Amino acid sequence: MPHTLTISQLTDKLAQGELTSREATQACLDRIAAVDGQLNAFLSHDLEDALAQADAADAARAAGEIKALLGVPIAMKDVIAVNGHPLNCASKILGDFNSPYDATVTQKLREAGAVIFGRVNMDEFAMGSSTENSAFGPARNPWDTGRIPGGSSGGSAVAVVADECIASIGSDTGGSIRQPAALCGCVGLKPTYGRVSRYGLVAFASSLDQIGPLTKDVRDAAIMLGVIAGEDKRDSTNVPEPVPDYTAALTGDIKGLKIGLPKEYQIDGLDPEVKAATDAAVAELEKQGAEVKEISLPHTEYAIATYYIIATAEASANLARFEGVRYGARVDGASPEAMNRATRGAGFGEEVKRRIILGTYVLSSGYYDAYYLRAQKARTLIRQDFLNAFEQVDLIASPTTPTPAFKIGEKSGDPLQMYLSDIFTISCNLAGLCGISVPCGFSKEGLPLGLQLLGKPFGEPDLLRAAHAYEQATDWHTKRPQLV
Amino acid sequence: MREDLQHAVKLARIELTPEEEARLGSQLGDILKYIDKLNELDVKDVEPTAHAVPLTNVLREDQPGKSLSHEAAMRNAPQTANGLFIVPKIVE
Repeated sequence: MPHTLTISQLTDKLAQGELTSREATQACLDRIAAVDGQLNAFLSHDLEDALAQADAADAARAAGEIKALLGVPIAMKDVIAVNGHPLNCASKILGDFNSPYDATVTQKLREAGAVIFGRVNMDEFAMGSSTENSAFGPARNPWDTGRIPGGSSGGSAVAVVADECIASIGSDTGGSIRQPAALCGCVGLKPTYGRVSRYGLVAFASSLDQIGPLTKDVRDAAIMLGVIAGEDKRDSTNVPEPVPDYTAALTGDIKGLKIGLPKEYQIDGLDPEVKAATDAAVAELEKQGAEVKEISLPHTEYAIATYYIIATAEASANLARFEGVRYGARVDGASPEAMNRATRGAGFGEEVKRRIILGTYVLSSGYYDAYYLRAQKARTLIRQDFLNAFEQVDLIASPTTPTPAFKIGEKSGDPLQMYLSDIFTISCNLAGLCGISVPCGFSKEGLPLGLQLLGKPFGEPDLLRAAHAYEQATDWHTKRPQLV
Repeated sequence: MREDLQHAVKLARIELTPEEEARLGSQLGDILKYIDKLNELDVKDVEPTAHAVPLTNVLREDQPGKSLSHEAAMRNAPQTANGLFIVPKIVE
């Protein structure tokens, strides 16, 4: 069952000659054929190309090459460029777009020997928390296919939990890696803003977007981050910090680590089962020697409003490029403007339209100061809350989501309710922090729950160390849904 | 849909069906009402944050390097001729 392995398990077996990359890749492809009809995690995968990459990896290994991901099948969210492959952002507007280059992350994965073998489903342009906003149909939660897998990197989480790949890549603008990881039961890591190059990531909100891994355990997240992190001259927001060996941080020793619990996160809509699972996870960290204390993030109640102004404003500017001229689908019109309107009206889904219109509104003359500038100032206050808290603690713990996965269609008619479910994840992006979600239990109905840890900017080693120590004491991350 | 929102739709160059206009109009009205919450905040002496990472003036050496070929850059365009993008007629 090579498709069920973690990266570290698979690379061990590859190194010892017990398995080939071709066998592992074929196992993932077979698994997709067997279960993806009910999950809709994959938008496309190129069988021949995948096996050719696997054969090349096997040949390289036979020739003595040693690389972090040599021969490991990795799935890519449909928002990251892979040269010669389709790129749709789960939208109709890109038509039959085919990437003319590799994203930096793609290039780094290739250099590490990975087999990049499929595009996974997402909310259109990464806008959403459920993967229901995909132009190619919703992805489904493998624990209950009547429920959402979370989003926007829903396909990335489903593919990992359903063992259709060994690990996957997602992107996180307000929780889009951590939230689906929590709702599907895998590990999701959002690196610090600037840690991973955004070159070749189709931009949603440029000051918030960050690429990161979804994996079967914390060690794999550390391995993946070590591969994709680092300086890139093609992204001017990329921070030239040295990349440490993240796996070296997984010591299992968290004695004296200070963990803060924000008192403002005891919100009304918090599901009692979610709260109980989080409390138990924090108690486990405390048992291992972490010091737990209450902290305050006084501007928490303004985070969602701030986020939905800044993110939509940036989106309205970024998505102006989809106008039917340089790439993608076109709907004809008598003038360039009529053509733009018709193309964008037919090509964008409703959530994307909603956000572009909102973003245009908050940036427009007469409203800029009242909305956009005010939100940027609120962002300063939110960020300062976290910087103050991190003077007292090393990490902040909370649930990743206020509830387990909801039913498909349950919130799709009420976008504001959907936005409010992002309460625990969005501040991390506004403040430029790193964050991780690790499985911490199941609801009575058998739905996965996630523990979120937030760390200081470039505090990934502490974040991974604590997440790993917790994972070592529990077996939630090894549970798999019954499929087929 | 409110007039101020209709103006934003025009600026955003998005054609809406009458049903979409009605639905988005009411949903956006609710969302705007919610984000008005920020008016409670005193932000008088607060500097705005555009980016959480305080990098400024990131420059690189101005050296020629490889870039996409003209053909690769144009290959996804809906309509081209002689290496140019074709758009509907702008002037009569």
